[in-house]
Amino acid sequence: MSDSDGDSGDASDAVDPGEVRHVADLARVALDDEEASQFAEQFVDILAYFDSLDGVPEVDREADLANVMRADEVHEGLSQGEALRNAPETVEDYFEGPRVS
Amino acid sequence: MSADASLNAFVTRERIEGSDDGPLAGRTVAVKDNISTEGVRTTCGSAMLADYVPPYDATVVERLKAAGATVVGKANMDEFGMGSTTETSHFGATENPAAPGRVPGGSSGGSAAAVAAGEADLALGSDTGGSVRNPAAFCSVVGIKPTYGLVSRYGLVAYANSLEQIGPLAPTVRGAARLLEVIAGPDDRDATTRSGGADADYADAADGDVEGTTVGVPTELFEGADEGVVDTVEAALDDLRDRGAETVEVSLPSIERAVEAYYVIAMSEASSNLARFDGVRYGISGGYEGDWNDSFARAREAGFGEEVKRRILLGTYALSAGYHDKYYKKAQDARAWVQQDFDEAFETADVLASPTMPVPPFERGEGLDDPLKLYLADANTVPANLANLPAISVPAGETDGLPVGLQFVGPAFGERAIVRAASAVED
Repeated sequence: MSDSDGDSGDASDAVDPGEVRHVADLARVALDDEEASQFAEQFVDILAYFDSLDGVPEVDREADLANVMRADEVHEGLSQGEALRNAPETVEDYFEGPRVS
Repeated sequence: MSADASLNAFVTRERIEGSDDGPLAGRTVAVKDNISTEGVRTTCGSAMLADYVPPYDATVVERLKAAGATVVGKANMDEFGMGSTTETSHFGATENPAAPGRVPGGSSGGSAAAVAAGEADLALGSDTGGSVRNPAAFCSVVGIKPTYGLVSRYGLVAYANSLEQIGPLAPTVRGAARLLEVIAGPDDRDATTRSGGADADYADAADGDVEGTTVGVPTELFEGADEGVVDTVEAALDDLRDRGAETVEVSLPSIERAVEAYYVIAMSEASSNLARFDGVRYGISGGYEGDWNDSFARAREAGFGEEVKRRILLGTYALSAGYHDKYYKKAQDARAWVQQDFDEAFETADVLASPTMPVPPFERGEGLDDPLKLYLADANTVPANLANLPAISVPAGETDGLPVGLQFVGPAFGERAIVRAASAVED
């Protein structure tokens, strides 16, 4: 598991907790130290198993997929109150989110 | 078996009355807790959504109510459907009424346990890689994973959209087929639904008549399975032959790569789908210290359990720069390969038969420390999801007193064929 973009080499036999943390940052999931090292250990086996996909032949995919379109018409949706009802925090008629930076 | 609160089959017990008449009038239904119910909390078995109350019904819930069914509660499940034992639920494990001390399977374990114990006449689950069929097999009930696009996913909290379908569980093949009739059919709110199944009759195909049916037996799905499980399934196939069915061996070489393809695709889709849980519009707030990345990361640390984090991280990894071609693209190739193999098999066979699960129900806690071991137990169920095909699990007997399920897979929209074959097994 390497940090460097473009590296698709045989990296899955070397997963350390730092690399797990890098992916966790990308995924916006905070981890404690114990989780990071446990995941590092498990990911070695799981990624090694995924590596067997290497042997899969290239296969022509079915070409009969088509986009499904509908008219862009206004329908009744949730009221603002309904949409806000599950929010942990609201300010007036808005969701309250954390600051951007 | 008598109703028993200690099963922990339900996260929330609440009655939702349907209309006065209809094909399901007087029938009670347990609804998996990742299917939205207006005004009744829908947790997905997660701390993240412990207090989430949907403002609308899933299409399948609207159809249940219109058909006269009474919803009796929201069934326990592995968190966000990620598991095969119902042990990853934030709300505790569910007991298996058909095999005490063992897991009920998953992820729709609450749905299967509720039906097995008679706490509901019928149930809805969802099946991304086997999550209806696995608990049906482990709890000795019937479960159907419909053809992709037969049943609306509107209101189903997404785990891996391209793989999952809502499906019925029932004590009998006919009962499951009847529930499927109610929920099947196109829906304007799910653009992946297909017109097939609009006026389908499935229940009347449960006539046990397999005279002249060709049952394909994929050797790959028997290799490595538990001996007692194989013997039980073989005995059921003998019985089908006695009733006039013909069995032929078929080979699906791509199946050897199905589990890894399934997990790469499912985890990748999950990493994207679960990005919505940031603690702003719903869920656990990460607070207001630091910037939004800090806040979202804290919300997700607090709200997600271990298996969900594991899958989000592995999915993020599989999609990240430099690894996309190695994992995700290869998994899509494998998916197409599996589809091709099934197409070929259905040139000679009407349905394919195998054990639903290669093993009897696990003991509680057996696989929790070794996630890969649990993933490998999905070998027989994930191929149908990868190929978008319908599949059913029907009880085939027992090994050492533990339930064994037999799975039939059919061609796309071939629900009647798998219902008919399964009804011959239960006779």
